[in-house]
Amino acid sequence: MAEKAPVEQVFRDQWSRVVAALISYFGDFDLAEEAAAEAFAIAAQRWPSDGVPDNPVGWLVTAARRRAIDRLRRDRVLASKLRLLAATEATDTGQGEDEVDDTAIPDERLELIFTCCHPALAAEAQVALTLRTVAGLATDEIARAFLVSAQTLKRRLSRAKTKIAAAGIPFRVPPPDALPERLAAVLAVIYLIFNEGYDRAPELATEAIRLGRVLAALLPDEQEVRGLLALMLLHEARRAARFDGQDLVLLQDQDRSRWDWTSIAEGRAILDGLDWAAVSPGPYTIQAAIAALQTEERLNWPLIAALYGRLAELTDSPVVRLNRAIAIAEADGPAVALAIVDRLDLPEYQYWHSTRAELLRRLGRADEARAAYQAALARARTEPERRFLEGRIANC
Amino acid sequence: MRYALLVYQKPGAEEALSQEEREQVIREYLALRTEPGMTGGAALHPPEMATTVRVQDGKVIVTDGPFADSKEIIGGFYLFEADNLDHATAIAARIPAARLGGSVEIRPIVSPP
Repeated sequence: MAEKAPVEQVFRDQWSRVVAALISYFGDFDLAEEAAAEAFAIAAQRWPSDGVPDNPVGWLVTAARRRAIDRLRRDRVLASKLRLLAATEATDTGQGEDEVDDTAIPDERLELIFTCCHPALAAEAQVALTLRTVAGLATDEIARAFLVSAQTLKRRLSRAKTKIAAAGIPFRVPPPDALPERLAAVLAVIYLIFNEGYDRAPELATEAIRLGRVLAALLPDEQEVRGLLALMLLHEARRAARFDGQDLVLLQDQDRSRWDWTSIAEGRAILDGLDWAAVSPGPYTIQAAIAALQTEERLNWPLIAALYGRLAELTDSPVVRLNRAIAIAEADGPAVALAIVDRLDLPEYQYWHSTRAELLRRLGRADEARAAYQAALARARTEPERRFLEGRIANC
Repeated sequence: MRYALLVYQKPGAEEALSQEEREQVIREYLALRTEPGMTGGAALHPPEMATTVRVQDGKVIVTDGPFADSKEIIGGFYLFEADNLDHATAIAARIPAARLGGSVEIRPIVSPP
C-alpha cells in the first residue's frame, strides 16, 4: 500500500475513509480498493516532495474516483455489471489531480465497518475484510498473522466481496433496533483480532486497539466500545511482563516495572470517564474494570469477585465462573472456591484442571493436586505452559 | 434484488401445535403472500408425496420420496423482491417455520443475462 515515509501515518489514518467513500460511490469493494491503492501510490510519489495537501482525504478520493471512472470507461462489461454507465458518461471536468473537489467527503467508515462485520458473512471473512479494508493491512500481512497462505486469504476476501454484492448486503449503519446486536458483532471481531494478535502477532493487537479507537471516536455514546478499548489497552500493557525469557509468569509475580503504565493510565481514564450509573455496564466494560483492578498495588479480591459474578450473570459462561472462583479463593479461601469449581462442567478446559490443582495444593491435598496438574498438562498447548505445570507437579 | 426464501420445516413441528396455534400459523403463511414485495411462491405437499427423477446412462429412473432424507423438510418457498438482504431477512424471520425449529434459507436469484 504505502511506502514507509513521513506520510505513512496520514495513509494509515485515511485508507478506510477513502475506501469507504469509494464503496459508497461505486457500490463495489474491489473497484474501490484498486482505485484507492492507485491514488495512494500516486500520493506516495508526489506528497514527499509537494507536501501533504490541506485536504488529504479529498485529494485521495478525487484521484481515486478519476482512476475508477477511467477504468469503467475502458471496461464496459464491468461498468454495466455495476450499472454505472451513467457515472462513466459524466464528462471529465478536466480537473488536474491537485484540483480537489472542495465539498467535504462524508465519513462513511461506520458504514464500512458494519458492512464488513455483517452476520451474513462467515466470521473469518468478517475478520479478513475488516483488516483489509478498515485497518488497511496488506493481504500478505493478514495471511501471515492468521497462519494461512496468501492465496487462501485472497480467496476468502474475494468470496466475501462476492457475497456482499450477490446477496445484497447493504452498505449502511444498521437501524436503531438492529444496532445493539450488530455492534456486538463488530466488537467481537475487533476483540478476536486482538486475541489472535496477543500471543502470536503483536501487530494485530496494535491494529485491534487502533480499530477500537476509531470506533470509539465514531460512536462516542456507546459505552461498550470504550469498555473494549480500555480492556485491550489494559491487557496490552502487561504483555511484556507475561514472559521471563521463555517462562510463563503469573500475574501476581509479574515485574510491574515492565508494564506499560501509559496504556494502563489510558485504560483507567476511559473507565473513570464512563457513567456507571447511567447505563448498566456490558461485558467488555466489566472485564476492563477487572483488568484495571488487577493493576492495583493491592488487589481488591472481593470487588473483583463481585465483578466476575456480574459478568457471569450477563454471559452465563462457565469460564467466567471459574475466574470468579479464583478471585473468591483469594477473598474467602480455597475451600469455598473449590466447591464452586467442582460444580463447573469444563472437563476439557486446561485451566479448570490447573485451577483445581492449585486449590487442592493450598488445601494440602497433594496427591489430588498432582493428579489435577497432570490433567492440565495433558491439555496444555504451549511449551511455556507445559514447563510451568511440570514445575508445579515437581513441587507438590 | 430478488430472493428465493426456501422454507425448511422441522418434521412434526406443526403437528405438535394445538388446532388454534396451527390455524394462526396458516394465517401467517397466507398473510405473507400479500406482503409488499412478495412476487410469488408456493406451499409444497409433504415429502411422502414427492417423486425423485434421475437420469443415469441415458435411463430415466423414477423413485418414490424426496431426494434426501434430511432432518428438515422443504415445505415451500416465497419469491421476494427487496432493497437489500436485511429487508429479506426481516421477512424471513416472520416465516413461522423459522421459530418452530426450522429455518429459512435466503438465496439471491440470478438475474437473467
